[in-house]
Amino acid sequence: MDIFTVGVVVFPGSNCDRDVSWALEGCLDIRTKYLWHESSDLSDVDAIVLPGGFSYGDYLRCGAIARFSPLINALDEFVKSGKRVLGICNGFQILTESGFLPGALVANKNLNFICDDVELDIVSSKGGWFNNVDEKQTIKLPIAHGEGRYHCDSDTLKNLLDNELIALRYKNNPNGSSFDIAGITNEKGNVLGLMPHPERACDETIGGTDGLFTLKSLILK
Amino acid sequence: MDQFAVKVFVRLRPSVLDPAGEATKSASIKLGAEGIKSLRIGKMIEVKIEGNGENEVRGKIDLLCDRLFANTVIEDYEYSLEKL
Repeated sequence: MDIFTVGVVVFPGSNCDRDVSWALEGCLDIRTKYLWHESSDLSDVDAIVLPGGFSYGDYLRCGAIARFSPLINALDEFVKSGKRVLGICNGFQILTESGFLPGALVANKNLNFICDDVELDIVSSKGGWFNNVDEKQTIKLPIAHGEGRYHCDSDTLKNLLDNELIALRYKNNPNGSSFDIAGITNEKGNVLGLMPHPERACDETIGGTDGLFTLKSLILK
Repeated sequence: MDQFAVKVFVRLRPSVLDPAGEATKSASIKLGAEGIKSLRIGKMIEVKIEGNGENEVRGKIDLLCDRLFANTVIEDYEYSLEKL
């Protein structure tokens, strides 16, 4: 039987790819494989993580250029097949730019690059991304972004609310996001985008383990 | 083939807060400029492009604006076109 493998996408300018791989392999014993953005062959991976960083130097808009890579073009079929895709920080920005998730991420309200731990309410269990044995409803994860203010129009927000697509909300909104949104899923629940970094919260020695169950849920069917 | 010089203006939609514009407005007032009611920052993209006539070039530029230069969730665009 093939071993479940998570593809970790590497764009020019990605800088959390190794953190994601380390957290999956070292903390969860889940096999990973780096996928160069020029590759469009996704046949030997079972789930995909779009990691944080500054793909293409954030030129034009965050995630705007990455959207046109061969790998993102191939992602449509992958998502339609029901396989899981997790976009973290810049990965979330790429997922909105490429239309896999609605809305957009724009400059933080106070213009600061915010690097902090934040408390988050788990709003929806769609996709099982935040199910945890302790049944926690509030988790703490690190954020590190300059352009993390989630923005959408009122119709999109209504759709997010009506379909339970809001996964995470900030307890104390740090960046001015609409409706305190920190993470959303698609309607099927197999695509999650979030600004906080679960891969940076997978070991008590670096400040917490609340990111573990989100990464672990990549192997859910 | 005709060649055109195109100037594309990309602006945040009025409903989207522009914190960089607000910060620049604040600095402008500190500089002593009076009467500033609003200040918003956008982008201008200059393209030189060839095509068979203005209509064909407009088609290309519309596609570029809609799919790449602007994210229409948050931005509006307009452009001017000059035959060289």
